[in-house]
Amino acid sequence: MEQEYTITAFSENSIGLLNRVTIIFTRRQVNIESLTVSQSSIPGISKFTIVVKVTQEKVEKVTKQIEKLVEVLKAFYHTNDEIIQQEIALYKVPTEKLMSSNEIENLVRKSGARILEVTPDYTVIEKTGYKAETQELFQKLDAYGVTQFTRSGTVAVTKNPKELLTEYLKELE
Amino acid sequence: MEQKETQKPASIKVTGSQSVIKSLIEEGVEIMFGYPGGQIMPIYDALYDFTDKINHVLVRHEQGAAHAAQGYARATGKVGVAMATSGPGATNLITGIADAMLDSTPLVCITGQVGAMLLGTDAFQETDVIGISMPVTKWNVQVTKAEDIAPAIAKAFYIARTGRPGPVLVDITKNAQFAECDFQYKKCEGIRSYIPVPKVDVNKIDQAAKIINEAKKPYILFGQGVILGSAEKEFRAFVEKSGIPAAWTLLGNSSLPTSHPLNVGMLGMHGNYGPNIKCNECDVLIAIGMRFDDRVTGDVKRFAKQAKVIHIEIDPAEIDKNVKTEVAVLGDVKESLPLLTERIKTNNHEAWIGEFKKCMDIEYNQVIKKDIHPEKEGMTMGEVIRRITDKTKGDAILVTDVGQHQMIATRYFKFNKTRSCITSGGLGTMGFGLPASIGAKMGAPDREVILVVGDGGLQMTIQEMGTIFQTGAAVKIVLLNNNFLGMVRQWQQMFFEKRYSSVELINPDFITIAKGYSIEGQKVTSRTNIDNAIDTMLNHNGPYLLEVVVEKEGNVFPMVPAGCSVSEIRLE
Repeated sequence: MEQEYTITAFSENSIGLLNRVTIIFTRRQVNIESLTVSQSSIPGISKFTIVVKVTQEKVEKVTKQIEKLVEVLKAFYHTNDEIIQQEIALYKVPTEKLMSSNEIENLVRKSGARILEVTPDYTVIEKTGYKAETQELFQKLDAYGVTQFTRSGTVAVTKNPKELLTEYLKELE
Repeated sequence: MEQKETQKPASIKVTGSQSVIKSLIEEGVEIMFGYPGGQIMPIYDALYDFTDKINHVLVRHEQGAAHAAQGYARATGKVGVAMATSGPGATNLITGIADAMLDSTPLVCITGQVGAMLLGTDAFQETDVIGISMPVTKWNVQVTKAEDIAPAIAKAFYIARTGRPGPVLVDITKNAQFAECDFQYKKCEGIRSYIPVPKVDVNKIDQAAKIINEAKKPYILFGQGVILGSAEKEFRAFVEKSGIPAAWTLLGNSSLPTSHPLNVGMLGMHGNYGPNIKCNECDVLIAIGMRFDDRVTGDVKRFAKQAKVIHIEIDPAEIDKNVKTEVAVLGDVKESLPLLTERIKTNNHEAWIGEFKKCMDIEYNQVIKKDIHPEKEGMTMGEVIRRITDKTKGDAILVTDVGQHQMIATRYFKFNKTRSCITSGGLGTMGFGLPASIGAKMGAPDREVILVVGDGGLQMTIQEMGTIFQTGAAVKIVLLNNNFLGMVRQWQQMFFEKRYSSVELINPDFITIAKGYSIEGQKVTSRTNIDNAIDTMLNHNGPYLLEVVVEKEGNVFPMVPAGCSVSEIRLE
């Protein structure tokens, strides 16, 4: 059965590695739902967070292929209940809509979003949460005309009390 | 007290190009295969001063360089080295690199690249070879500074030869070739993010041993891992103590002598009858250094479902990739097999082996007899191969191209020694044979190297006859000519209602072509002359082309048609 999995991979920070990682998905006809790459808590090591909707068998094989890459230290995959995940969304609405009633303000308060910037022309709202939540806010705000909307990919930490990679690096030593 | 030598050897000033050549020498490279061009000229210039240390073989096409390096690597166990210029030079290497990737052959490919300032400008002969080669290399890197060259080459050799071997590519921009740097070579001994050989888990060995000791009909499938791990001795000890029948994959061929009583034959689409059907009758399947390719398993949903599978393998990504395992023993076979041999009972499985023998009798009567002792007029590929292997007493290295002749040659050639069957397995690259045979001969000059090739494949890289001419590589070329792309024709006959679409070849006079390169040869069209012709070829001091006209529409059997179960193997 297909479900959402989050793959986290730790790698050396080297040119072209992103390409090597994405090729693994392309070759197997797996669509990437979201992908973020950033520096991990360990200097010099990048962390990939990749969300895919596939079967358990597929995610297992793909994760092994990622780990096989020379520059990848370790790759893991998790189901949603094994991780805490969030994504950030930005919404731009015309400031006049914000001013004409208190409805947008109410939406912002209720959904735990916040206003980042207000100019005479536009207002930028930020919301962090699950994808479903950022999507819900988008639909509500769009009633007032969202002029720009963007969301980051998912970032995630595991419910495991320790960083899996730190344990692994210790093991290596 | 003597002072300890703690001082490092003083570094010397060199150009990036000299650094390339010096690094290759430090890695023990004696032979390399390549073709010069604009963006790699500085390296060729540096090579000019080291011709006493490195024998650079000038091929006729870069694809030939890659395949020759493969042939060299497969025959010797060393890393093969190929070199080419940027753009078309680099892209011409790709087929060979892809072949090496699928067949786990250690290669270091060095390509020239436009100057770093020109990268991304669509400069003359600029191509993104890093991007192009990414899916078909184990690792690749672009070097833009002279001082980075030696460490990159050190890393390249380390990655190519360790763990599951594979091809790597080092792309060097022209400015880096010209620039000066300090040279001080340090071999790569490890990379933090790369564990080439997983540790053997003794618990897994115990579990595997228990299953093997309780098995009634155990069956070993072995692949190239035995050869790549230099574990032929350890493997043989395991086979002999366990008394378990063992069948080989195409690339595992020759790691156990053909004549060994427990060697039951070949797996796969055109493998032997018993070895195929017994996959679905054994109770325990022990896969050693092989990857359950679809050509071995047939329909994987109907493959060995009844068996407990033990997979002994160096690459964790191969575990459960195609066939689910009961026990996976990760690690180097050279290390894991002796641990397993220690823990298993000395056994023999006479009745079970008897079943393989019965299958071999059936196959002999229905297939083999007709192949090697034909009663019809036209010559068969099988009878030619058998005569050659008998006359070379199983001591020759066999190199093949791809197609019908490949299957017939690997089925009927006999081997006493390991690393003696060099063939393109995973990629099935027509044109592999001729250049690979040159590399094999140069790697093993004291051994007889027999290339068996078809009329289609020969013409894909026929220009490498020029390399044979120039180097004198004494390859014995056996051309099995049926004036057809035989394997495709066989499929068209069997699965496309004999609609022979673009498979008939109007061929040139191959003997005359060879003569143009001063390669002696003769064409044989009838059985009465074949023995003499083979003797002449084998006694000839130097390269030789023996063209044998074989029956036009011979088919290779047994056959597991694509998509069928191994149990549905056809004998005719």
